[in-house]
Amino acid sequence: MASHYEASIRKPLVTGDKTYHDVTVDVAAPVEGKANRQWWIVFGIALTAFMWGIGCIIYTISTGIGTWGLNKTVGWAWDITNFVWWVGIGHAGTLISAVLLLFRQKWRMAINRSAEAMTIFSVIQAGLFPIIHMGRPWLAYWVLPIPNSFGSLWVNFNSPLLWDVFAISTYLSVSLVFWWTGLLPDFAMIRDRAVRPFQKKIYSLLSFGWSGRAKDWQRFEEVSLVLAGLATPLVLSVHTIVSFDFATSVIPGWHTTIFPPYFVAGAIFSGFAMVNTLLIIMRKVSNLENYITVQHIELMNIVIMITGSIVGVAYITELFIAWYSGVEYEQYAFLNRATGPYWWAYWSMMTCNVFSPQFMWFKKLRTSIVFSFIISIVVNIGMWFERFVIIVTSLHRDYLPSSWTMFSPTFVDIGIFIGTIGFFFVLFLLYSRTFPVIAQAEVKTILKSSGEKYKKLREGKK
Amino acid sequence: MSSNKIYWKSVEQLDKESEVVQKLEQNEFVEKIPVDEFLGDEETLSESSTNRRDFLKYVGFSTAAASLAACEGPVIKSVPYVVQPEQIRPGIANYYATTIADGFDFASVLIKTREGRPIKVENNPDAPTLGGANARVHASVLSLYDIKRLQGPKANGEDVSWTDLNKQVTAKLKALAATNKQVVLLTQTFASPTTNKIIEGFKEKYPNVSHVVYDSISSSAALAAFENVYGVRALADYDFSKAETIVSVAADILGDWQGGGHDSSYTKARIPVKGHGHSKMSHHIQFESNMTLSGANADKRVPSTPATHKKVIAQIYAQLTNTSLKSDLNPEVQKAITNAVSRLKASKNKGVVVSGINDLAAQEIVLAINNYLQSEVMDVAQPRLIRQGDDKAMMQLIEDIKSGKVKGLLTAGINPGFTLPNASEFILAFEKLELSVSFSSKEDETAASAQYIAATPNYLESWGDYEFKAGHYALAQPTIRPLFDTQQFQDILLKLSNSELTYYDLIKANWEETILEGKPWSKVLHDGYISSNTNIEVGEANLINIVSNLKNLSANSTNGMALVLYSKTGMGDGQQSNNPWLQEFPDPISRISWDNYLTISSADAKSIGLKNVNVANGALNGSYAQVKVKNKTLVAPVLIQPGQAVGTVGLSFGYGERKGLNDKMQVGVNAYTLYNNFDSVQEVSITPVDGFHEFACVQLHNTLMGRGDIIKETTLEIFNTKDKEYWNAIPKVSKNHIEFEVTSPEVDMWQSFDRSIGHHFNLSIDLNACTGCGACVIACHSENNVPVVGKSEIRKSRDMHWLRIDRYYSSEETFEGDDQTKDDISGLSDSLTTFGQMEKASENPQVAFQPVMCQHCNHAPCETVCPVAATSHGRQGQNHMAYNRCVGTRYCANNCPYKVRRFNWFLYNKNDEFDYHMNNDLGRMVLNPDVVVRSRGVMEKCSMCIQMTQKTILDAKLEGRQIEDGEFQTACSNACSSGAMIFGDINDKSSKVTELKDNDRMYHLLESVGTKPNVMYQTKVRNTDQS
Repeated sequence: MASHYEASIRKPLVTGDKTYHDVTVDVAAPVEGKANRQWWIVFGIALTAFMWGIGCIIYTISTGIGTWGLNKTVGWAWDITNFVWWVGIGHAGTLISAVLLLFRQKWRMAINRSAEAMTIFSVIQAGLFPIIHMGRPWLAYWVLPIPNSFGSLWVNFNSPLLWDVFAISTYLSVSLVFWWTGLLPDFAMIRDRAVRPFQKKIYSLLSFGWSGRAKDWQRFEEVSLVLAGLATPLVLSVHTIVSFDFATSVIPGWHTTIFPPYFVAGAIFSGFAMVNTLLIIMRKVSNLENYITVQHIELMNIVIMITGSIVGVAYITELFIAWYSGVEYEQYAFLNRATGPYWWAYWSMMTCNVFSPQFMWFKKLRTSIVFSFIISIVVNIGMWFERFVIIVTSLHRDYLPSSWTMFSPTFVDIGIFIGTIGFFFVLFLLYSRTFPVIAQAEVKTILKSSGEKYKKLREGKK
Repeated sequence: MSSNKIYWKSVEQLDKESEVVQKLEQNEFVEKIPVDEFLGDEETLSESSTNRRDFLKYVGFSTAAASLAACEGPVIKSVPYVVQPEQIRPGIANYYATTIADGFDFASVLIKTREGRPIKVENNPDAPTLGGANARVHASVLSLYDIKRLQGPKANGEDVSWTDLNKQVTAKLKALAATNKQVVLLTQTFASPTTNKIIEGFKEKYPNVSHVVYDSISSSAALAAFENVYGVRALADYDFSKAETIVSVAADILGDWQGGGHDSSYTKARIPVKGHGHSKMSHHIQFESNMTLSGANADKRVPSTPATHKKVIAQIYAQLTNTSLKSDLNPEVQKAITNAVSRLKASKNKGVVVSGINDLAAQEIVLAINNYLQSEVMDVAQPRLIRQGDDKAMMQLIEDIKSGKVKGLLTAGINPGFTLPNASEFILAFEKLELSVSFSSKEDETAASAQYIAATPNYLESWGDYEFKAGHYALAQPTIRPLFDTQQFQDILLKLSNSELTYYDLIKANWEETILEGKPWSKVLHDGYISSNTNIEVGEANLINIVSNLKNLSANSTNGMALVLYSKTGMGDGQQSNNPWLQEFPDPISRISWDNYLTISSADAKSIGLKNVNVANGALNGSYAQVKVKNKTLVAPVLIQPGQAVGTVGLSFGYGERKGLNDKMQVGVNAYTLYNNFDSVQEVSITPVDGFHEFACVQLHNTLMGRGDIIKETTLEIFNTKDKEYWNAIPKVSKNHIEFEVTSPEVDMWQSFDRSIGHHFNLSIDLNACTGCGACVIACHSENNVPVVGKSEIRKSRDMHWLRIDRYYSSEETFEGDDQTKDDISGLSDSLTTFGQMEKASENPQVAFQPVMCQHCNHAPCETVCPVAATSHGRQGQNHMAYNRCVGTRYCANNCPYKVRRFNWFLYNKNDEFDYHMNNDLGRMVLNPDVVVRSRGVMEKCSMCIQMTQKTILDAKLEGRQIEDGEFQTACSNACSSGAMIFGDINDKSSKVTELKDNDRMYHLLESVGTKPNVMYQTKVRNTDQS
């Protein structure tokens, strides 16, 4: 052991002198134990919000989109804002599990499971909106290129909305497969520990008969790598395509070539913020402080700071290009964004997205758990406003002043949004009680690499 | 060609003897039908009350009844306009020429009927007089299907038969005649020669009857002035197409002034045609208090108070005739007068002065001025007869009723119980009369308090003959059998006079005797009009009172605030206030629907403390104000109106809570209560009242923000002297540092296809000719089954109009000034403040109208973004919308730079939440069977009336002929009587629209976006002074 090289700057990723068994027990604890009161309270609130959202959705579908606050000029508002917001949040999971895997960032191992769960749950929320925002959602399957008996009817491959359909569905399926693959050894672990036959049955089904042979492990590694390779372009492509909804249009404020990178950066920005929000709570509630450490939070804060700054540069570039273009409609669109009737939305966005992450330059702040939590919420509010600003302030005053108007949401708009937040938390809370929330098989691989324990043992002997 | 081929159904048929084949041929049903089993089950049979035979009987009867009812055609004696049908053929429209004459609106129109029901009103383009229908006339077909119409006669509130009603009324009339108690026949202006004879006959039969004519909005002073000067009680007619200079003093010549219908002649002289050398257009100066359509179209508009107007007329006369007259007018008005006079002098007999002041002296001076100018524009030999109301007689009548001198009153076509300023007094007296009869189609205030209500039919169910102006006659014929148990006023009057004849008999006899002059009756009935050059005998102008008139006009009146009452474009005198199309029709000036309001200048609003604010969803709110005229008050919402003269407020007639109206139509306030002495100008005091009124305004932003490429404008001088590139340049775009016009194929990414084959439709809209009258908006509404969504939805910016007329105010004095201001912006802080200021309209702005519908872009942004390809491009240039395919993502609407797409937010038909005409069987009869009624959740928009162009193409194909220019029409181009909208095929090189496409004034809306629309606009040329 004397020849062991110890990097001075690399701190251990798992603290608390965990043994392999400790890891197993810690990860299996929420699944095997009983939910406490707090869980039930939070779950109750989330479920209520979800039910309220379902009520609003039923009302919308049975009565008409007129129950929302939209009008002849502003044809999209909260619906597509929420859609883009949820898709954006989803991005962090894939980035953490796929891109960081390829870059061999081992700190991802403690958080990738939950981050990816968050991805899948938020993409489910996102997927709701393109369907319910339709005037006739019962015909939503028409956007799929299914051979049909309607004559020669086919989808319009020119439409960015159609690209969205493919992008989102691909993203959801690849993420789901990737996530599940990672889950297999962990499900198997729970299966092996389970004492109740029913539980054992379920987890053996979920683990797809994982046996733990060397061949299993080898294939597992290979599949993970291949899926990581497949998922990585999706991190870039999904939000690029979402941004095409706007970038390919002719509306000043939408028709912007900077959108793809700007949207991707924004997505990662909001995704990491959401991961922070969720994990700061989860590490506390599920006693995972030794796995999800301050170091994780700090690293994520750095990503938030960088992507936040990219987004900030994008905002400023937009303003500059609007001025530089010399196109009066373009100039007015951006002037109106910042100083028009929706100035408060624009400056909320600026404050939350550009100014607030700059605090992360200070080590003291970025390692403060409370502060990180607050900023993560602030960033998500800011990112919601970003989409609102892009969609509503561009539409409400476009070319012909005669059509200019304003938008204000109804209780249904708000109800559906709250409903999706409720749905998201319902899913996440159920997940946290039934799934191994930390990729324990992977975490075990980094347990020893710190050597901290032996160092301590040796020091203890002296 | 019939074919003898036999198609085999199976191989078995090879063997002709086959049992199976024979069995199949002989038995209709291959398997035995279990009749016995069914009929044998006695329990089931006895339980059902309807047996099979009964069921078949019911089916048979109801089918026959339904088809009989549906096939009930128009009255046999009427003659259709275009084709004489041998029978009503399903799917083929018949047109009938007829005439509307409701006492306020008079027009020769064509009625389109389908399967025997009238569904649309169209202009009668051949009619030389009043052949252009305004928005109200276009909407009148919906009033035929009004569920609030009276369905039969009533006596003392109970249904009664016509025989009983006639008997009872005759008895009462005889009793009154026997005691020689005075009975008055109070009617609308009929302008009907035969009706006049019938009334004469009635008066002969009952010598105690006298006849009084009452116009709810009076033109009495002008009538009296004309009578004083020319000896005939009529109104001078004006042909503004002959005018070089028009000076209008408070006359809304493009509105309802003196019967309306002047806009088509006005616009003829407003289109500059660049010919050899110099093109010309008339110059229009408008002095007015309220912002009217006339003021909005004028080259020079002088906001001024009614007191000033009288002096202006006096001054014009004085300066023209070099009479000395002292003036205390302010320098700006003075300057405008001097300018007007010098223009009038230069135009000589091509100048004209008109006035809408209801004042005898003013009207006499106006006639004197035109007489002095020897104006060709004014026609006194064939004056208008469509206003006959006599204020003095009416006031006397009310006194007589109140004093009990008059014992019987028969009203026809009017509702004095609502339209009189002292309506409640009238009603009280009316109820006490020995005989009160109301000839009315609605149970309005007057009808409700009459002993007898004689339910009258809609004009589309009636016969009629009219003399619009001397020598110009029109006929009305029924286009459908009366829907209800109604009888025409004239027929009842004849019955009461004990005549066996009908109104129809008399019209025919009268016309053959005096009017037709040998022309065949059927031909005239087919055309709907007949005109002759017969002039009436007017004496030499008798201008004796000039000196005293001038003195009267120049006298100083009190300087209080003046209330100027007016009739709104959509509502007129309010007869059709139960018409949802008209309620939803946005006023061309204020763009507010479902309301009337007190218009006030921003200066006055500020000093009184009245406000207009926009709430969170953009909707407009206005303060309430108490309007006090003498001892009467009412509380009205306030609209701050740019261009409203300081010291004046405006309020329109035709609104207010009243009887015989759906609940949802009970909007606005009744301005008639302030119409003292039938004077549209009243002294008024305004005080603020707490609270805000919620308006339903379709245009929440009023200025053009210096966006000069939306409405291109130039002045006549520049138009005459400079090249097109100077005043109508195509925007350029740089590619590889070379500038190309945006229309150049060099900067076009799209693959174009050969458009030279087949038709390619284009629509040209001339901004010089468009007066903003809104006839096209209603025509489109009617043709395309556009839903009515109601006040609260309009307030949410969810109007459904496929065609809208945008109205912009300038923020500076002129739109040119706006462009200049915008160009002069330097720096960020300057742009922040300047754009903020440009959102506010000027105190006296220039106004521009722009009809906008789907532009049918050849490079349509909507088409590329629809995920299901529900909107796509047609070979003929239209941007199609497949409603069945639409899933309602609204992406197309978002990506439309013109914002012309309309979404069905709710189900607008057969839905109690939207209780308008599409929610009842009667109202749905107006629906055009050629256009589908859209369901909830789909996008809709202008289709360029594809059902009309397609019909034209198919008809020509059947007849095996070429289509001539002018055959292709859309509802809007058909409705436009001012020639602003020209539709046609640009692949027909000789067509008018091709010529317009190559016109120097042509531009496309938002050319720089590169959408290549099939709708084009013609640059607005203003004949403004270069000072």
